[in-house]
Amino acid sequence: MTKVTMTVNGKAVSGEVEGRTLLSSFLREGLGLTGTHVGCDTSQCGACVVHVDGKAVKSCTMFAADASGSAVRTIEGMANADGSLGTIQQAFQDHHGLQCGFCTPGMVMSAAALLAENPKPSEADVRHYLEGNICRCTGYHNIVKAVLAASGQDVSKIAAE
Amino acid sequence: MPKDHGIGASSKRREDIRFLTGKGVYTDDLNLHGQAHAVFVRSEVAHGRIVKIDTSAAAGMPGVLAVFTGEDFKDVGGNPAGWLINSRNGEPMREPKRPVLAHGKVRHVGDAYAAVVAETYAQAKDAAEQLAGDTEIEELPAIIDMGAALADASNRVHDEIPDNQCYDWGWIEDNRAAVDEAIKNAPHVTTLELVNNRLVPNAMEPRASIGEYFPGTGDYKLTTTSQNPHLTRLLVAAFVLGIPENKLTVVAPDVGGGFGSKIYHYGEEALVLAAAKKLARPVRWTAERSESFLSDAHGRDHVTKIELACEKDGTFIAFRTETMANVGAYLSNFATVTPTFLHGTLMAGPYKVPNVYVNVKTVFTNTAPVDAYRGAGRPEATFSLERVVDKMCRELGLDPFEVRRKNLLTKDMFPYTTPVGLAYDTGDYHATLDKAMQMADVAGFEARRAASAAKGKLRGMGLSTWIEACGIAPSHLVGVLGSRVGLYDAATVRVNATGNISVMTGAHSHGQGHETVFAQIVAEKLGIPESSVEIVHGDTSKIPFGMGSYGSRSLAVCGSAMNRAVDKIIAKGKKIAAHMLEAAEEDITFENGSFSVAGTDKAKTFGEIAFSAYVPHNYPLETLEPGLEETAFYDPANFTYPAGAYICEVEVDPDTGKVEVAAFHCADDFGNVMNPMIVEGQVHGGVGQGIGQALCENTSYDGNGQLLSGSYMDYAMPRADDVPFYNVDHSCQTPCTHNPLGVKGCGEAGAIGSPPAVVNAVIDALQRGGHKVDHIDMPVSPSRVWAAMQG
Amino acid sequence: MYAFEFEKPTTIADAVKALGREDAQALGGGQTLIPSLKQRLAAPSVLVSLSGIKEMQGVCTGDDGSLCIGGATTHATVAKEAAAKYPALAALAGGIGDPAVRNKGTIGGSLANNDPSACYPAAVLASGATIVTNARKIAADDFFEGLFATALEPGEIITEVRFPVPEKANYQKFDQPASRFALTGVFVAKYAGGARVAVTGASEEGVFRWSEAEAALSGNFSADAVKGLSLSADGMIGDLHGTPAYRAHLAKVLTTRAVAAS
Repeated sequence: MTKVTMTVNGKAVSGEVEGRTLLSSFLREGLGLTGTHVGCDTSQCGACVVHVDGKAVKSCTMFAADASGSAVRTIEGMANADGSLGTIQQAFQDHHGLQCGFCTPGMVMSAAALLAENPKPSEADVRHYLEGNICRCTGYHNIVKAVLAASGQDVSKIAAE
Repeated sequence: MPKDHGIGASSKRREDIRFLTGKGVYTDDLNLHGQAHAVFVRSEVAHGRIVKIDTSAAAGMPGVLAVFTGEDFKDVGGNPAGWLINSRNGEPMREPKRPVLAHGKVRHVGDAYAAVVAETYAQAKDAAEQLAGDTEIEELPAIIDMGAALADASNRVHDEIPDNQCYDWGWIEDNRAAVDEAIKNAPHVTTLELVNNRLVPNAMEPRASIGEYFPGTGDYKLTTTSQNPHLTRLLVAAFVLGIPENKLTVVAPDVGGGFGSKIYHYGEEALVLAAAKKLARPVRWTAERSESFLSDAHGRDHVTKIELACEKDGTFIAFRTETMANVGAYLSNFATVTPTFLHGTLMAGPYKVPNVYVNVKTVFTNTAPVDAYRGAGRPEATFSLERVVDKMCRELGLDPFEVRRKNLLTKDMFPYTTPVGLAYDTGDYHATLDKAMQMADVAGFEARRAASAAKGKLRGMGLSTWIEACGIAPSHLVGVLGSRVGLYDAATVRVNATGNISVMTGAHSHGQGHETVFAQIVAEKLGIPESSVEIVHGDTSKIPFGMGSYGSRSLAVCGSAMNRAVDKIIAKGKKIAAHMLEAAEEDITFENGSFSVAGTDKAKTFGEIAFSAYVPHNYPLETLEPGLEETAFYDPANFTYPAGAYICEVEVDPDTGKVEVAAFHCADDFGNVMNPMIVEGQVHGGVGQGIGQALCENTSYDGNGQLLSGSYMDYAMPRADDVPFYNVDHSCQTPCTHNPLGVKGCGEAGAIGSPPAVVNAVIDALQRGGHKVDHIDMPVSPSRVWAAMQG
Repeated sequence: MYAFEFEKPTTIADAVKALGREDAQALGGGQTLIPSLKQRLAAPSVLVSLSGIKEMQGVCTGDDGSLCIGGATTHATVAKEAAAKYPALAALAGGIGDPAVRNKGTIGGSLANNDPSACYPAAVLASGATIVTNARKIAADDFFEGLFATALEPGEIITEVRFPVPEKANYQKFDQPASRFALTGVFVAKYAGGARVAVTGASEEGVFRWSEAEAALSGNFSADAVKGLSLSADGMIGDLHGTPAYRAHLAKVLTTRAVAAS
């Protein structure tokens, strides 16, 4: 067992993990942060995306021990300080960017990483950036729309609600 | 001005708050004190006889608590088929037992024949690997191809079924001779052989189940990823394990999508319950995605020959279909009805066609079970129809829009009974066709095609005019047709003493937004804020016995039950109000949340009436029970029949065969729309899945029954950059005539209407580009398009 | 996954030492290795993460003008930091996997794995790059030895990759629709001494140089020069996503496009 310490959503945490413990397992089982989901075993679906030192990574494809010393941010750390939805979260609700909610945490984390890199992405930029996040419910329409809206762009011309 | 609340408003979804903040609670999120972990040992061969399973080494490994094999469940019941289909010759279908764990034989790669329960997941995994190594399976020839399966009586998936056929069904058998005759004499017959490709549903949340047993009371609890917890309870308790239903609670908490795959009861649910009892500890299991690929019920998988007989001007005379439908190795719960009553009955489409006959042979193979997947039978029907109509138009040089227009039922023809037994209540198919053509700017296509050509791309346009029968019902009819379940739904409306409301629904929400939409309806009817209404679902200990969510039924069936329960609340409220206001009951009106005496200013608010019902100091106790809670069960008189027209435009790269969806237009008629935002979201999702089926998703078994597309590395899920924004409209509304809300289902529409529109567009692009290609089987992948172009 | 110890050394020397342990395995970004570990396809006793080694990180220019990339540099970093000096390489790195994968996956990890559908091998081979390890320098032409096979000795670490910067270059990738690896990918690079063309994703032998195309392009670096050529389907990969003939065809289409886009 290895001792790991990191900050998660601004809080210092530590725990004993095995070498093979994935960051996603440490977050979910070790810390009870079950907002980070695991939807596949081949690093494709993106439901597990979190930020490690500001960068989006698939937490099911990173060992907890490898994240020791890092600052991790999960979906649980995305709301405003008063508990209200953050800008991206609010845009997802406003534009119906989620249905079953399972891929949503990863989508929001990827969207946040995109907007940090590229504050005014085009539709194509958004679609390309989200290629590592699979959603089965929405057909992506309202996800893309929500991300564009979260970037402050006018989405009223896009078809439908 | 759009409404901002109540029926017809695009109310934002209340459930989003928890999903967006990571506070949803899905089955795998639960972490129970004392829980143990189950891992299933799954067959690596498609077909084999189990010679020996030596569990001793695995059982002795660190942390191992119990090992189960098929032997442990040989005396409990099988997981039953939910629908009895009779063959054309009157014989009942062949119905092999589907055990909790494979016993005697394994019948598909991924067929679980043992399970290990251990203190930790890793320990269970280690022991499962040991057990697999200590198992001897004599491999038998795999039966994969349906035609070969029917032809070879010596090689059998189930030893007792000689030709691997489940049934040979005809619909309607009395039509057969007339259809044969019509086709023989028709001026033109178009024939198309096609495959409706097998799909893996791929809800993003893998299946998961947790069994609990409470020795003090003898109660069980199953927390599971289900679209219909009562149905699961009925199956696992009454049919499989023999637990009295009242001793088992089934909870389906937040569920991450289903698309059909979570309707069914699976053996893993029975195993965790049995293990929990044996160990008196919670036992949990969560599928790895690779297990989902191998063991979730798949969808579609039809091989079809369809013939369309018509006049030279394109007027339809008859459709004749012969289909082989793959059910896989075992009958999943609704595997038998999907290719029959959900497929054959739709083979008249939205058309005036006098003669239709459908023959379906359903075949066992050494592949994962196949069952209903979004659309379930209706996408298969629609694809066959819309593809053969398109091919006919090309053969006769006719305009596909005009041929549809000529053959669509006209709005004055409703109610209309089709030659395949459905009674369409209402519709206006020309209106949706006109709307779609306007949305798609059909007239401007040539200019867009030229622009694509200038970039070196081939552009094509494809049309599909689709109809769906959803909210399957009524129970007495489906009973005659072989259903072993009822198809009503139920809701309880509990008005709390302070006037807010809890609604317990039989329908389950796993993405559809019931918590929001159902509250909108109740709030509007009672004239109270939406925030005063809570929707409770997914827990058999709280909700009435409903049938759950599938087949685009939740609003039409459960919503109608809820509507009826609210009506009962209002009726009782009027009695209470009449007493309190000292007026006759028939003089009480209810409007905007207020009970008043007609023609006076005497009134009581809904809250005052509710309070009185629970604090009945001034209350007609002699004639009326206190309390304000009503349950209604609703069994629809008919299906609902949403319909629409979809137009797809694609660009094909002639150098690589890659197809891009350039535009997708949907004009749908869903009757009355309760929440436009959610309805549109359902269409988006369905179209996304339909484009996935049409262009990317390929479930492929090799000749040995190995799944070649067993992960996201090989199974191409549509991604954000594979699809465009969809142009969606639902302004053409012909309200359903037989449910109180006037609603039609919208959940499956996109997945039903879109695949033929996409494929028709690809064929159109290739034809316009000078390639004499008249069909490509789905998925229309780059390599297939390129190969077709090579001739 | 089987159990293993996890080590994260901070120097190459410590990493080499750790990799000397029995059944030790190096971990780059893990984007391929971790999924294989989950499937229990490998059973290392100790996994040695290279991500903590500062001297293996980053992009710089060598004395001879070549572009030097530390073996543990992520695809995302290459996409950003190589863009000015070697845009085709940066674009290739920016097209691997998806953003989250690019934030973890490394050039050294990709090359050491030599997946037949990976992108980097095409760039390395077409650029005639040099793979620098803790022990030696290996020319690209000597490095790739077929599917998942390289010239690396057990325990040998790719510390750096040096790319001679071409006059012109371009990478064209045709995505395998599921994995988003290259169904076929072609990297074309024009140097003073001639053109090099490397094809990934297509051959059962892994990445290879298309010598006929190189000869044609060395004389006339234009799309027309490739027109009359064709690549044999023999030895090409045939699977769910494409036949050998389709891959051979794609290789030519992509070569043409890469030249045109250079």
